[in-house]
Amino acid sequence: MKKTGILRKTATAALMAAAVTMAMAGCGSSAKGSTGVTGSSTADSTGVTGSSTADSTGDAGSSTAGSAATDQTQTASTFRSLDEIKSSGKIVIGVFSDKAPFGYVDDKGNYQGYDVYFANRIGKDLGVKVEFVPVDPASRVEYVATGKADLMLANFTVTDERAQKVDFALPYMKVALGVVSPDTAPVKSVDDLKGKTLIIAKGTTAETYFTKNYPDIRLDKYDQYADAYNALLDGRGDAFSTDNTEVLAWALQNPGYTVGITSLGDEDTIAPAVAKGNKTLLDWVNTEIQTLGTEKFFHADYDATLKSFYGDAADPDSLVVEGGKVE
Amino acid sequence: MQDSGLSILFMGSNFLRLLQGLWVTLQLSLISVAVSLPLGIAFGMFMTLKHPAARIISRLILDFVRIMPQLVLLFILYFGVAHAFGWNLSAYASAVAMLVIWGTAEMGDLVRGALISIPRHQYESAAALGMTGRQTFLEVILPQTVQRLLPPAINLVTRMIKTTSIVVLIGIVEVLKTGQQIIDANRLQFPSAALWIYGVIFFLYFLVCWPVSLLAKRLERRMN
Repeated sequence: MKKTGILRKTATAALMAAAVTMAMAGCGSSAKGSTGVTGSSTADSTGVTGSSTADSTGDAGSSTAGSAATDQTQTASTFRSLDEIKSSGKIVIGVFSDKAPFGYVDDKGNYQGYDVYFANRIGKDLGVKVEFVPVDPASRVEYVATGKADLMLANFTVTDERAQKVDFALPYMKVALGVVSPDTAPVKSVDDLKGKTLIIAKGTTAETYFTKNYPDIRLDKYDQYADAYNALLDGRGDAFSTDNTEVLAWALQNPGYTVGITSLGDEDTIAPAVAKGNKTLLDWVNTEIQTLGTEKFFHADYDATLKSFYGDAADPDSLVVEGGKVE
Repeated sequence: MQDSGLSILFMGSNFLRLLQGLWVTLQLSLISVAVSLPLGIAFGMFMTLKHPAARIISRLILDFVRIMPQLVLLFILYFGVAHAFGWNLSAYASAVAMLVIWGTAEMGDLVRGALISIPRHQYESAAALGMTGRQTFLEVILPQTVQRLLPPAINLVTRMIKTTSIVVLIGIVEVLKTGQQIIDANRLQFPSAALWIYGVIFFLYFLVCWPVSLLAKRLERRMN
């Protein structure tokens, strides 16, 4: 959330970036009046956040690979509707590439995990190819909001804050926060964290939760999950907090570390996200999740991807949500 | 082999993937360097102009790029521009644009520095010999400038190669991201993977940057 705030502010700075680009492009040839024109269009677009300005369409679609979108559709939105996705034959789905067992890349270079299993099913049912974009926790909202990914399936916890920027579909999983720490100095309650350093990944629910409810706890923030775990292993912090599913799986496989706090904060749900206003895609995903519920798809997904990680440490029914209905 | 994280390298196609990642890093670097150097030279010459407007413009551009962390510039180009104008630059295009904007500004400043470091009497002596402005620049000033420019320019090239690593944050899978993916996928079986894989990545970056600095040394020796 913080990152988006910064981006909003820097939207004005983007004008300068554009000016720089233009100035540089125009370096060889003589400077054109175009910089002035850009300036005025930014002034409008920063006021009306999100909606793209009309005059920029000429340059828009060119880089979106494979999108045969016309200028008109580009003006209307930065996202692609269900029909556009279908006709392009490809859906772009944002997943984690370094967060096993939800989204990771195996040693053959293929995407694997709980989210990926679902993504592949979506591709199959839509009749299109799935193109995976690897994302980091803090940039997930931006990917969807700017249309760089049609759908986000990256262990994305539903929050009110995020719901203002993206549209969430029905949930397919539920989680709370967990805190993992070394056996030698276990953190069993939030009080144990007083005067200690807690490691978190930027842009996660853990960051928001601790910043809001426990501003006294010192946070050590990392951009990437891999770095956050390494920080814990290296002893750069006393504990690491993120979704309980994630820390449970990790602690099981890392002897010497235990999850002292298994459930903290409110129980949250994890759901796919689409760009704000992308109703056609949202409706399709919701129907899909409901249909899949009848065949217990997510239990099958759990068995295929998560079971080997959790073993007996977790009960599938406490994590999986079928048909979008949280009990 | 339980302890040796190095064996991860030979599992599946991991090593090949790292090399593919390295190729992405190299491609990004080569393209950006190839575009930045000529643009930077032009920008550097522009910066030495006495005209007040030219000075203000070059000052603004340089300060803007200097003050802005490269990561912020990258996010502006990738997400900010899409928000503000609806231009959806691909991750690759944003990365190249970031490196080129930054590289051009830095290179420009190096060129400017090299140009103004040539003492006045060199110009005056050339004029005294009856050389035209063009001759002075090409035959007297330029050779000396290149000599002074070479070490910092090569340094900039290696910095650009290393800066490509921040593009992982907009989803480009280059050598570093591939390494992180391998570390994560094997974190559970091989907790020491991080050390080994980052070690290999360090070595790969070294393999790329070392020849560049060797080349620089040779060129410098030849010039002296």
